[in-house]
Amino acid sequence: MIINRKNQVPDRPMHDMLAEPITSPTAPIQGAAEGRLVRLSTARPGDRGVIIEVRAESHPGDHGVGVEELQRRLLEFGFVEGAGIEILHEGAIRRDPIAVRLDDMRIALRRRDAEDVWILLDPR
Amino acid sequence: MSDTVIRPARVALVGNPNSGKTALFNALTGARQKVANYAGVTVERKEGLLTTADGRSISVLDLPGTYSLRARSPDEVVTRDAVLGKLAGETAPDVLVAVADATNLRLVLRLILELKAVGRPMVLALNMYDIAQRQGLRIDLEGLARELGCPIVTTVATRKRGIEDLVAQVDALARAGDLSAKSTWREPDAGEIRQAHREAQRILKAHVRPPERPDTLTGKIDSVLLHPVAGLAILLAVLFLMFQAVFTWAKPVQDLIDQAFQALGGLVAHTLPPGLLTSFLTDGVISGVGSVLVFLPQILVLFLFIILLEDLGYMARAAFLMDRIMGGAGLHGRAFIPLLSSFACAIPGIMATRVIDNKRDRLTTILVAPLMTCSARIPVYTLIISAFIPSRTVLGVMNLQGLVMFGLYGAGILSALGVSFVTRRFLWRGAVEPFLMELPTYKAPDAENVARSLFLRGKIFVTRAGTIIFPMMILVWFFSSFPGAPAGAKDPAINYSIAGHIGRFIQPAFAPVGFNWQMIVALIPGFAAREVAVAALGTVYALGAGDAQPGMLATTLAHHWSIATGLAFLAWYVFSPQCASTFGVIKRETNSWRWPVIAFGYMLALAYIAALIVYQIARAAGLG
Repeated sequence: MIINRKNQVPDRPMHDMLAEPITSPTAPIQGAAEGRLVRLSTARPGDRGVIIEVRAESHPGDHGVGVEELQRRLLEFGFVEGAGIEILHEGAIRRDPIAVRLDDMRIALRRRDAEDVWILLDPR
Repeated sequence: MSDTVIRPARVALVGNPNSGKTALFNALTGARQKVANYAGVTVERKEGLLTTADGRSISVLDLPGTYSLRARSPDEVVTRDAVLGKLAGETAPDVLVAVADATNLRLVLRLILELKAVGRPMVLALNMYDIAQRQGLRIDLEGLARELGCPIVTTVATRKRGIEDLVAQVDALARAGDLSAKSTWREPDAGEIRQAHREAQRILKAHVRPPERPDTLTGKIDSVLLHPVAGLAILLAVLFLMFQAVFTWAKPVQDLIDQAFQALGGLVAHTLPPGLLTSFLTDGVISGVGSVLVFLPQILVLFLFIILLEDLGYMARAAFLMDRIMGGAGLHGRAFIPLLSSFACAIPGIMATRVIDNKRDRLTTILVAPLMTCSARIPVYTLIISAFIPSRTVLGVMNLQGLVMFGLYGAGILSALGVSFVTRRFLWRGAVEPFLMELPTYKAPDAENVARSLFLRGKIFVTRAGTIIFPMMILVWFFSSFPGAPAGAKDPAINYSIAGHIGRFIQPAFAPVGFNWQMIVALIPGFAAREVAVAALGTVYALGAGDAQPGMLATTLAHHWSIATGLAFLAWYVFSPQCASTFGVIKRETNSWRWPVIAFGYMLALAYIAALIVYQIARAAGLG
């Protein structure tokens, strides 16, 4: 599994144990007890962790596209269970949009579109 | 296959955005490219020709970048349909070239898995391979090729490395002509996308070793350029520099073009006997073509900046910084670039809205783009300001005339935001499209590719604007010249023309805004291009061509118009639905008469209301 080490503190453990994607938030995760499960839409710069689940449920009919379509777009951009994620930047107004490092890519998205991405934060 | 002998083999380039696909297309085809639109849609079709080592021709199609065959924007629909061979008027490609950024393989691998399902012969071009090597990224090419079931070529498009190899592989596949496989592609659902990601992940893990020296520069630059405060300040500085360049660098060349066309007009007027033909050539054809070409330098400077910033990877950052600010008015972050272009001219601005995926976002942007203060308004603003606004210092440091100019720009921007806000609120309520965008790694732009893109933009502007403006100019010339002045007439000929009659006929409707009939007559040729109104005002006030200097004309106007009328004219010009070519481009880009009609209607209403308010207030203030 490639996890770009560019922003990684050297002594931080890699997510190697998550190389096999986890499809359910209830699946046993090593170290889960120390982490917190949050929506990507509430995360702040510096937060990092692993995507646990990408759902299709928030605000149906409010995205201009259906929630299933939003979910597919998120998946296509690599917001997929098991991917390592780190919040890099946020906008000046209402801290929106956010820029994230997703495995070895950088993606910008709005917080409202990030609600269905659940991430397990690494313990700080 | 017999038909491969008759027609050149067809290759289509498919890949993620920012994979260097266009650079590869340029490296493959060089100058042998042509750009058109796909039939019935306003997506750019870029095709070029290459010749193999043994002299066979291969036609190369550069398809719009996409992350998936599950198309979401008009661009991506074209890519999908072209790959599947379902595009009207297009033959299916014989060979697909999947273009991948070797340093960023994850998403493209999933796309390649989709492409495999299409069943066409395919080559994978691992582009930017030099960067991958520099980073110490190790790719097991043989293993990857075996796994994907297609040959792999490593390329460095900007240095033309690996191109011969790629051509040879493509040629071999084209000759084999194995088109026996049927397409099994269909739209994947969420589960299948996840499955494909897992598969891509497995392939990556098996054949690619992560970089030993990953790029850390992008992260460092981003921490400055995406900083909530510093990032916005830098963006503003970049925009300021860009505007300075657009107006100062382009000026000498513009003057030169202007003079050349005037000289040409003079030459024609001298050599030919006066009459209809001469008038048609000088006032219709030459000044018409000149009035378009005079904007070419500004547009080239503007596009130079846009292309450089785009290739550098900065445009996505600008969209990130501006998204929320523009989002407040219901605009997409990507609308930033088209609206920026509209400061030079709304035509390239409207054409640039193609980068916006969503139809509604795109239409909103197209509707408000003509409100941005294009450079054709500047001559008119300058004339009226110098005639009616005293040049004095206010608030210690600011010049009142400059302040008014700034206010007119501001009025344009604010009204654009206001109109898009209203459009969002009442026309397309609640439908805010998702905003997902890759922030590519920063890369130094390649001079040759920048030059090629710039040339292409210039060519598109000239042909597009030329084909629309030219007939418009002819029409406007006809209205202002027929019927001719009767023998012994004292007034300028335009007063007797259809335009003159229209002006007098509709003048009562403009009485509440303080316009006289001469102004309306001058506005009619202004439909061809806004700045033509200046020359037309000169004509209706019967200034000889020699006296038509702005200074002289300003004095005349100050004498004939009240201050209230002058101010109302300025307010009118901020919104006025002028420049017929803009509506022509809106018609082309939206493929319907509906949107140009809506744009015309709302701009006319705004212009009238603004002029009415300004005129009545100014009159009440005793400036009537």
